[in-house]
Amino acid sequence: MAFALSPDREQRVNEIIGRYPTKRASVLPLLWLCQEQNGWISADVIEFVAHRLELSTAVVKGVVTFYTMLFEHPVAPNVVWVCRTLSCDLRGGKTIQEHLEKRFGCHAGGTSKDGKFTLLKAECLAACGYAPMVQINNEFHENLTTEKLDRVIDEIAARTPDQRSKRDVTTEKEQHA
Amino acid sequence: MSQAFEPVFTRRYAVENAHLLEVAERHGAYQMARKALAMDPGAVTEEVKKSNIRGRGGAGFPTGMKWGFLNPKPDERVYLVINADESEPGTFKDRSIMEKDPHKLIEGILIACHAMRSECCYIYVRGELPFCITALEKAIGEARQKGYVGDNVLGTGKKIDIFVHRGAGAYICGEETALLNSLEGRRGEPRLKPPFPAVKGAFGMPTIVNNVESIASVPDILELGGEKWSSLSRLPKDGGSRLYGVSGHVKNPGIFEAPVGITLRELIYDYAGGMLDESRPLKAVVPGGSSTPILRPDRTVNAPNPEHPLHAWHGKSEIDVPMGVDTYRALGTMLGTTCAIVMDSSVNMVEACRNLMRFYKHESCGQCTPCREGTGWLVDLLNQLCEGRASEGDVATLVDVANNMMGNTICAFAEGTAMPLLGFVRQFPDEFMAAAKRGVGNARLDASVRTLVAGRAA
Ligand SMILES: Cc1cc2nc3c(=O)[nH]c(=O)nc-3n(C[C@H](O)[C@H](O)[C@H](O)COP(=O)(O)O)c2cc1C
Ligand code: SF4
Ligand code: FES
Repeated sequence: MAFALSPDREQRVNEIIGRYPTKRASVLPLLWLCQEQNGWISADVIEFVAHRLELSTAVVKGVVTFYTMLFEHPVAPNVVWVCRTLSCDLRGGKTIQEHLEKRFGCHAGGTSKDGKFTLLKAECLAACGYAPMVQINNEFHENLTTEKLDRVIDEIAARTPDQRSKRDVTTEKEQHA
Repeated sequence: MSQAFEPVFTRRYAVENAHLLEVAERHGAYQMARKALAMDPGAVTEEVKKSNIRGRGGAGFPTGMKWGFLNPKPDERVYLVINADESEPGTFKDRSIMEKDPHKLIEGILIACHAMRSECCYIYVRGELPFCITALEKAIGEARQKGYVGDNVLGTGKKIDIFVHRGAGAYICGEETALLNSLEGRRGEPRLKPPFPAVKGAFGMPTIVNNVESIASVPDILELGGEKWSSLSRLPKDGGSRLYGVSGHVKNPGIFEAPVGITLRELIYDYAGGMLDESRPLKAVVPGGSSTPILRPDRTVNAPNPEHPLHAWHGKSEIDVPMGVDTYRALGTMLGTTCAIVMDSSVNMVEACRNLMRFYKHESCGQCTPCREGTGWLVDLLNQLCEGRASEGDVATLVDVANNMMGNTICAFAEGTAMPLLGFVRQFPDEFMAAAKRGVGNARLDASVRTLVAGRAA
């Protein structure tokens, strides 16, 4: 099925293209707009972006595969990134990862048994002084203990689907659900 | 605490709601933009040159001199691009500017654009900082509404537009030419230099790429005047105060403003409250982001020659040398981003080294064979060492691989990988040899904090 943006997102496309001297420069912003709606970058999304920016799908795909935050496969409604770079590891990054793997019943790279969380390892997220930390969707959770993290996960797991639209940065609609 | 230092850069950090234009303005924001826009652009650049500010993004290049390289042809547009990619492990300073005082950055951009006769600025923010993006978008929106950004900046008839561009997860996009490729909608792969961005940068046009903190410092430089701002520093030719970060095994990790030229000892013990647990003393520090070679408090400076730039510190601990671009280069490390990673006596250095090298392997863009293959080899060798499957000769191989990565690649990433690797081996040869004999067992980097993190509330 062909991909299309929702009307409110569609409205932003021309404004975004107008920010740059070339159409091509809008490829990342448009991919973000699509991923915020679709959850991941499907073949249809690539086709949509290529068409809108008059690029080949190969060019768009080449961009998508370069960046870790653009998902080439579907992910759970919530994505948990656990930072495992040095500053975090010195303060318990591995302990946090092990705790999450146990709680979710999956390894990093997988999705929790209840299907609500995808767990991914991250490289330094610019929160080193507040380690250990995880990023969940658009939010950072810092200075963690396993207890504090459990409370955060409980709260997110209890959210209803329409409270989960916290991923929108491009449309600035995300403000606290 | 030796914090007699009166904050300059971070003055508004403590002000509630300083991210709102109205509040920031009540505390001085945009006054220097008004002043600058009435000045001759060349005079603004002169003031920045006098301030002796060295770029805050890691390489320490003099900002005023960089602006001076611009020499656009009549039909060329000049772009200012702000590097807000903040991805160097250990570094978390620019984020605080975008979150707490975004108008400081916007004001700096207005002044810098005026100085370089640019009408358009892109702020490239790493994708993992959505809350910084939202904060900047809001602040720019407010400034646009007030007529501070847009077609008639502050009523002067000048046009300056500012756009936020979101990255999508790639450390290498912090390298300035990779950043420009990413901005243009390409894969974020570094470009061969020359041409340098000042000649041919964004969209083929003359471009200046500067770090967030470098540009956000410009309003202060105009306010104090270049010379006075420079003299906030304890060092010559490396001016001002700057943001320092401390992470790892200290009592109060965080971001601190201090003069250029304080020592690591001051940073750790006076600003960051000292070691987390006094029973586990300081073993080593990565001084300014993961690419800067590691220092040891029990190693002393060897500079008996009076001509040596570090002669004044001959015989003193490495952590007592003032933190400056030139002093640190003379010490065999780099100043980098002045965000230090502090490690106590519980840390196995081979394991710490492996952690960072995994990062570099993951982040190499893969264009150059020595970097793509080299980072993989380093990790393989370190895995063998840690797991007790190596021999002593493998330590020499490690050094060999690192040496062969340097000077043979498109960008400085390869040096930024090889130099810290060599630093670890040079500073802790015994630990590498011990690992070659019997591995590191089940050494964990978080050994000293596990009970704090798991089980009990903080
Ligand atoms: C691999 C690599 C990563 C870099 N990452 C960053 C970064 O995250 N932020 C930054 O400001 N500069 C980074 N730099 C430095 C930039 O290339 C550039 O020197 C800097 O943005 C210039 O700004 P400044 O002169 O104001 O410091 C990086 C350089 C390299 C080689
Ligand atoms: S040195 Fe490494 S990161 Fe830089 S261009 Fe070459 S392969 Fe890419
Ligand atoms: S190391 Fe985890 S945020 Fe920097």
